[in-house]
Amino acid sequence: MSTSTSTSTGTSTSTGTGTSTGTGTRTRTVVTGLGITAPNGLGTEDYWRATLAGESGIGPVTRFDASQYPSRIAGEVPGYTAEEHIPSRLLPQTDHMTRLALTAADWALADAGIDTSQLPEYGMGVVTSASGGAVEFGQRELENLWSKGKEYVSAYQSFAWFYAVNTGQISIRHKMRGPSGVLLSEQAGGIDSIGQARRHVRKGFPVVVSGGVDAAVCPWGWVPQIASGLMSTEDDPARAFLPFAADASGYVPGEGGAILVVEDAASARERGAEHVYGEVAGYAATLDPAPGSGRPPGLRRAAENAIADAGLTPEDIDVVFADASGVPALDRAEAEALTGLFGPYGVPVTAPKSMTGRLLAGGAALDAATALLALRDGVIPPTAPVSEAAPEYQLDLVTGAPRERELRSALVLARGHGGFNAALVVRQPVP
Amino acid sequence: MTSTTSTTTTAVTLADLTRMLRESAGEEEGVDLDGDVIDTPFIDLGYDSLALLQVIGQIQREYGIEIPDDAVVDAETPGALLALINAGQQSAA
Repeated sequence: MSTSTSTSTGTSTSTGTGTSTGTGTRTRTVVTGLGITAPNGLGTEDYWRATLAGESGIGPVTRFDASQYPSRIAGEVPGYTAEEHIPSRLLPQTDHMTRLALTAADWALADAGIDTSQLPEYGMGVVTSASGGAVEFGQRELENLWSKGKEYVSAYQSFAWFYAVNTGQISIRHKMRGPSGVLLSEQAGGIDSIGQARRHVRKGFPVVVSGGVDAAVCPWGWVPQIASGLMSTEDDPARAFLPFAADASGYVPGEGGAILVVEDAASARERGAEHVYGEVAGYAATLDPAPGSGRPPGLRRAAENAIADAGLTPEDIDVVFADASGVPALDRAEAEALTGLFGPYGVPVTAPKSMTGRLLAGGAALDAATALLALRDGVIPPTAPVSEAAPEYQLDLVTGAPRERELRSALVLARGHGGFNAALVVRQPVP
Repeated sequence: MTSTTSTTTTAVTLADLTRMLRESAGEEEGVDLDGDVIDTPFIDLGYDSLALLQVIGQIQREYGIEIPDDAVVDAETPGALLALINAGQQSAA
């Protein structure tokens, strides 16, 4: 759905000692707050319970009449009443996407125990990911323009559609005026925003709100995805999105995502942060070579760079949260990257996005949040409803029931349409 | 043929304006629009220029009148905006 980017490749790695504790003198960056709005759960604990139970939020599209489109299945956030979460003044000027993002940000900051009014305004930043912006709002106002005339177009269309709007509204609401921005790298953006947040923390800004929330379940959001040819046209919600399965048939889009509070570990400790979910230990981003170049895709290189950036080796990774396209050729490419890096069946792999759909700019942020919850509780959620990975992929895909085991480090992978790759390593916080 | 009764005799009241403000731009927490707000600056009521642009759009649609763009900056209070609207209606008659 998007092009253009401002991400560059990961931060320079300087340790490379292979020790699991060594980041030298560099400040540690941790996640202290999570806010989740997902198709299978509104709020972190609702989502996490449903995810461990294998409960899917994928179903027939209800936000618009999709009956005339070839793809009619989506992951929609259930039970969200905007008036319960958003102040009256913000309702006329916000799209569904921005309302979900503001709600997730409120929850993430509350979860972190941060009172932004007690911190320096210019010490706190906001970096979120976006794909096409607030297309539902934008479509409604453009329809008003075509069908009724310019005097029927909302004055708030001037910014409400804009792909930087989630960052802007979060920044305004919480008076966070430090370094802020928006990253557009489609599904990779959720990880890129966390990497960029870590960069700001390392430069001396102690609190950065990051992650991404997206919502494009409307015709304007639908049509460009159909044009990609990658969407599933299966009508049975239980069969529409089966990443890594032998009968995978494409992906199902969803809405929602996660907001993460990224903080300098030392200042989080000083202010007495209630909990630390984990450390943002490694990050890297790569771009695929141009089609026809003959060179391999960049996902494996992103994973390798992120693991090295964390000062780890592949043997240290306890679980991989896969990009999990659901498009057979892309599943195969990811499986090759994983077996190349870890060996056949070399690491547990999961893709709980099978229960939410691919959330565009929100997807990788939700995966990162899910990986942190997995570290917290020592449990890998399943790739429900996939029953098994296609044998040719040689993956140890977690299916059926959650798998309990001690988890120290998790690798999260994401690919954005257009050649974006991003990888994130999160690990248990150092006490 | 029925003669069309124009809306020009309908003055926009403060109650009309506060209703449209709520519908177009919401209501700031801690502000009581039903109180004595006729001379309270919009900015103190929690409305910025975009909120005014939005409500002026609604007034124009509901009453079928034209309000000059400058009203957003010229009318700093509900009273001033009402005076401008109702003067405009009479001159249009």
